[in-house]
Amino acid sequence: MKNSFLIAVDDSPGSGKAVDIAMAQAKRAGADLVVAYVIEWSAYSFNTPEENAERHKRREEEIDRAAGQIVEPVVAKIKAAGLNAEGVVRHGHPAQTLVALAEESDVSQIFIGRLGASGLKSMLFGSVAANLVQSSTVPVTVVP
Amino acid sequence: MKRIFLALITLTLLAVPAAAAGIDESINAATAPIASLIGQIVFFKIPLFGAQLPLVVLWLVIGAVFFTFYLGFINIRGFKHAIELVRGDYANPNDHGEVSHFQALATAVSGTVGIGNIGGVAVAVTVGGPGATFWLIMAGFLGMSTKFVECTLGVKYRNENPDGSVSGGPMYYLRKGFSDRGMDGFGKFMGTFYAIGIFIGALGIGNMFQSNQAYVQLNNVAGGGLDGYGWLVGLIMAAVVFAVIIGGIKSIARVTEKIVPFMAVFYCVFALIVIFMNFSSIPAAIGNIFSGAMTGEGVAGGAIGALIIGFQRAVFSNEAGIGSASIAHSAVRTNEPVTEGMVSLLEPFIDTIVICTITALVIGTSQVADPGFAGEAKGIAMTSAAFERQLSWFPIPLAFAGVLFAFSTMISWSYYGLKGWTYMFGESAQGQTIYKLLFCAFVALGCVVQLGPILDISDALVFLICVPNILGLYFLAPIVKQELTSYLARIESGEIQKYKNN
Repeated sequence: MKNSFLIAVDDSPGSGKAVDIAMAQAKRAGADLVVAYVIEWSAYSFNTPEENAERHKRREEEIDRAAGQIVEPVVAKIKAAGLNAEGVVRHGHPAQTLVALAEESDVSQIFIGRLGASGLKSMLFGSVAANLVQSSTVPVTVVP
Repeated sequence: MKRIFLALITLTLLAVPAAAAGIDESINAATAPIASLIGQIVFFKIPLFGAQLPLVVLWLVIGAVFFTFYLGFINIRGFKHAIELVRGDYANPNDHGEVSHFQALATAVSGTVGIGNIGGVAVAVTVGGPGATFWLIMAGFLGMSTKFVECTLGVKYRNENPDGSVSGGPMYYLRKGFSDRGMDGFGKFMGTFYAIGIFIGALGIGNMFQSNQAYVQLNNVAGGGLDGYGWLVGLIMAAVVFAVIIGGIKSIARVTEKIVPFMAVFYCVFALIVIFMNFSSIPAAIGNIFSGAMTGEGVAGGAIGALIIGFQRAVFSNEAGIGSASIAHSAVRTNEPVTEGMVSLLEPFIDTIVICTITALVIGTSQVADPGFAGEAKGIAMTSAAFERQLSWFPIPLAFAGVLFAFSTMISWSYYGLKGWTYMFGESAQGQTIYKLLFCAFVALGCVVQLGPILDISDALVFLICVPNILGLYFLAPIVKQELTSYLARIESGEIQKYKNN
């Protein structure tokens, strides 16, 4: 296992706090950081043919937007603090994808904000943080 | 051909403001001779053992049998692998966010699962007797191989547009494939011929037939209350299609695409319930299917007659050989064209071997129990009567399902036709709008004419595109075989690996 942490980010204020705490801990441990954003997507949804034909274009746009507006600013902030960081954007089921990314990057810990962007949805289906705690193979720090 | 359709459009436009009874009859009178003329040309028949065999059906059967043998029964060999692909076993997480195999399959299936599965089967059984069902299933089985070939080629030869979207389908593989083999001019001709065909076919099988049968079922449920109001139902349906394909109201399409798979499952579940309610008739009904297939008792042309009808209806339903699904599958971004071919071979299986057979058994068991159950009803109304015998409330959800099936098929086909159109006239937005308006006009027209001429026109047009498509498939089959061999070898050697369910 590498000396690195994964931070799950989104555009919510809670996510900013998680970043701050992860940075503070990484500094103490001398750990690297992986900044991950998951675009919610399912392989089993139903689309019209026109949507399918434009899917690749939309995917690129989604990734560009997520990387440019959410992930890169966080990576820049971490680097400015003198730490190593890389960003990653991926489509998929949020909690499952974060678990998979944690395994791929071989991190020792995951940081996530407790409340994601949509409060109502998480009340109905359980939040990403709660799902992640249930399924993660490494320790998860949930930042309130 | 174009002049005929311009005449038809003019007729619709005239019919719209003149909201009076009798419009239906006059349009019928005008289209019937056109229908019979087109039918005669496309379904040129040769006499065979006392039956009239349309050459185009023979063309399809030979093609499907050839591809099945040439690719070593890929329809059986590839089945398990197809399911693994759809399940996402081979999906690379880094490609997540692209169109998945499941999505490509679901889109293509909602294009093919339409009124044909409910109404078309009733037509087959009425004309071809119970034996037609056997040949229908056989055609579905062989059609899996044809589908494999056309969808593999669709991905291999698609165009990637500068804006990142993709355009593919038979017109592209015909043009590029023949061009690769040094037949540049012929490839261009074939591509254009196909593009014209899919464009006109989109107005027939994917449009008029669908809206017509949806109207018939609605009217059936309303107890004939909509007689003479075909134009009104047509206008409403056209308005909804307009809202989706021109107005860009994606939410309607999205809702439909989500409901259709559930409706298909709902339909199958209740069909099975009806079949089991007719429990005592099941053995006789299955017996009739087999004996009818061999003897063709009471069918014009005997066993060959039943075979012809079965194959004709199967193609009409699962579209194997028409090449339309190839257009839908081309949207998937994969490095392995073969994977799309594999996935697509599930379509005739779901559409024809499962859903059509279930419908045929609903009708067959009802016929055994009560030969006169349907009275004068034909097409979807006959299927509805078979359900009604056991479940008196079923015609209403069936009408609902029918309208939704019709609608989702129309949305899919509007795209197929559009791709034919843009192949011919380029991707300009203005041209696309003209096509879409034309498409909406035909939705309305479909509700105004009666089943006979409608079915003849759309049948003929769809079979017409099989000619260039299958000819191209023969020429390009060696390429598909090469791709398949290399792909299977790489799976065998472990070069292509599963990401889950190892």
